[in-house]
Amino acid sequence: MSLLRRYAVLLRVQLTMSALTAMQYRADFLVRGLIATLWMGVTLVPILIVFGARQTVAGWSFPESLVVVGWFTLLHAVLEGAVSPSLTAVVEHVRRGTLDFVLLKPADAQFLVSTAKLEPWHVVDVAGALVIFAVAFSKLGRWPNLPAVGTGLALLVLAIVILYSIWILVISASFWVVKVDNLSYLFGSLFDAARWPISVFRGALRIVFTFVFPIALLTTYPALALLGRLDVRTAAAAFGGGLAFAALARWVWHRALGLYTSASS
Amino acid sequence: MTTGGMTTAPAAVPRPPGFAAQAARALKALPTLLRVGISEVVAYRAEFVVWILTTNMPLVMLALWHAVAADGPVGRFDQKGFTAYYLGVLAVRLLTTSWVVWQLSMEVRDGTLAAKLLRPIHPIVSLAADHVSAVPMRALVISPVVAILVAVAGDRLLRHDPVLVAVFGASLAGAWLLIFFTMVLMGSLAFFVDSALGIFELWLGVHAILSGYLVPLEVLPGWLRRAADVLPFRFMLAFPVDNLVGLMSRRQALLALGAQWGYVLLFAVLALRVWRAGLRRFAAFGG
Repeated sequence: MSLLRRYAVLLRVQLTMSALTAMQYRADFLVRGLIATLWMGVTLVPILIVFGARQTVAGWSFPESLVVVGWFTLLHAVLEGAVSPSLTAVVEHVRRGTLDFVLLKPADAQFLVSTAKLEPWHVVDVAGALVIFAVAFSKLGRWPNLPAVGTGLALLVLAIVILYSIWILVISASFWVVKVDNLSYLFGSLFDAARWPISVFRGALRIVFTFVFPIALLTTYPALALLGRLDVRTAAAAFGGGLAFAALARWVWHRALGLYTSASS
Repeated sequence: MTTGGMTTAPAAVPRPPGFAAQAARALKALPTLLRVGISEVVAYRAEFVVWILTTNMPLVMLALWHAVAADGPVGRFDQKGFTAYYLGVLAVRLLTTSWVVWQLSMEVRDGTLAAKLLRPIHPIVSLAADHVSAVPMRALVISPVVAILVAVAGDRLLRHDPVLVAVFGASLAGAWLLIFFTMVLMGSLAFFVDSALGIFELWLGVHAILSGYLVPLEVLPGWLRRAADVLPFRFMLAFPVDNLVGLMSRRQALLALGAQWGYVLLFAVLALRVWRAGLRRFAAFGG
């Protein structure tokens, strides 16, 4: 138990530190909030245009697709606000050799690098996601029941675990090929596809987005859960797959750490 | 000032070369700069490929519109039309990409620009050479895209009209220059404000909608489309692509080409002015 408490304290220290850092740039907070709002608009334009031309696309109505967009916006906030900033710093550490200082600390390295930095202004995105959900369900004329919300939230946690695991795999790659700072852009650009329900994609893209970069797990399944259309077996399979994925990521991270040779050698 | 006792002082400081001399020097250095650029691309080939892969949005949008157009065309676009359009977007976008903003704002912030200013070549020229030298590799990478485009919609491309082909060539160069100079402009803002990249992100958001990157401009609702018609974004992407996939008449294409090059000129002047004004501030840092 004392180990758990130690890490809880550590987490609090890390979060306080990054919150204090972020508070130094108040004007930046405003600009960033504005940008986040604009990008939400940019996300919505293609959807509005597509559903201006058609009633349903690949079996999804406009309000149902909005639920997917809501999950996308929420996950985007988590990804950009809590996951990406810390892990981008790791790539820099590896390149400069300053990862030494992290590895020398008497705590789990993966934990330390994963909680190093937060960008709190992404709460704007979270608020936006809630607005999108509200609009979607008021258009549908019915609200999700309690079990649906519960399943949705559980799938949200799973989605965050998966996103985080993919990120860990990405930065593990930086131990093999050092110049991969742009992998984060690739990651972000692939994630952009998650604003659409998976049934839009056919053929090779469908396979890639279900198994390789599982946007189906990230946004489509949670949306189906909120809409009360996700069956139990799919949900169970999603959880099994997601957890196995996380374990794999942790294992690869350890292998990659073994390759780290610092800057001087 | 009178020349009296000052005659020796100016002789000690080399006079800045005139414009013609500077241009001649840049031209002479160009082959070397291009060689350096190309070997950089080859050395960081993995990174290069990753950059190419980040431009995957056109394929996602293509999949989406394909599903939408399965039960009939949207406006002038049927399934084949959408395929041609988004492959065109992919090809033109990859040929004209620029990363000046990130490079410039980083060099301004961490001061590495100071070293570049000491070189006997204008930093903007060497930035341009950097980008041009990536074009052959990029052309190689997009050749399969172009091959598919020709196979799918070869009968529609450029309406088989030599005038439109010439306009397309000029519009590609124009798009490249327009993107380059707008980026120099944004990057130079880093001399004045801390959040130049933030401003650029706002610009990117508007660009995504109004340049035809996400959706063809023709399917935009009325007022957005009117805005897209007059703003510069369209000339960076949608104009060359629309012409390529045979959506423009000769008259439309020639008018658009004129407007595009007008914007190129405007942004070149603006960018260089802001750059020069910023440089004065940068020197004032003592950095």
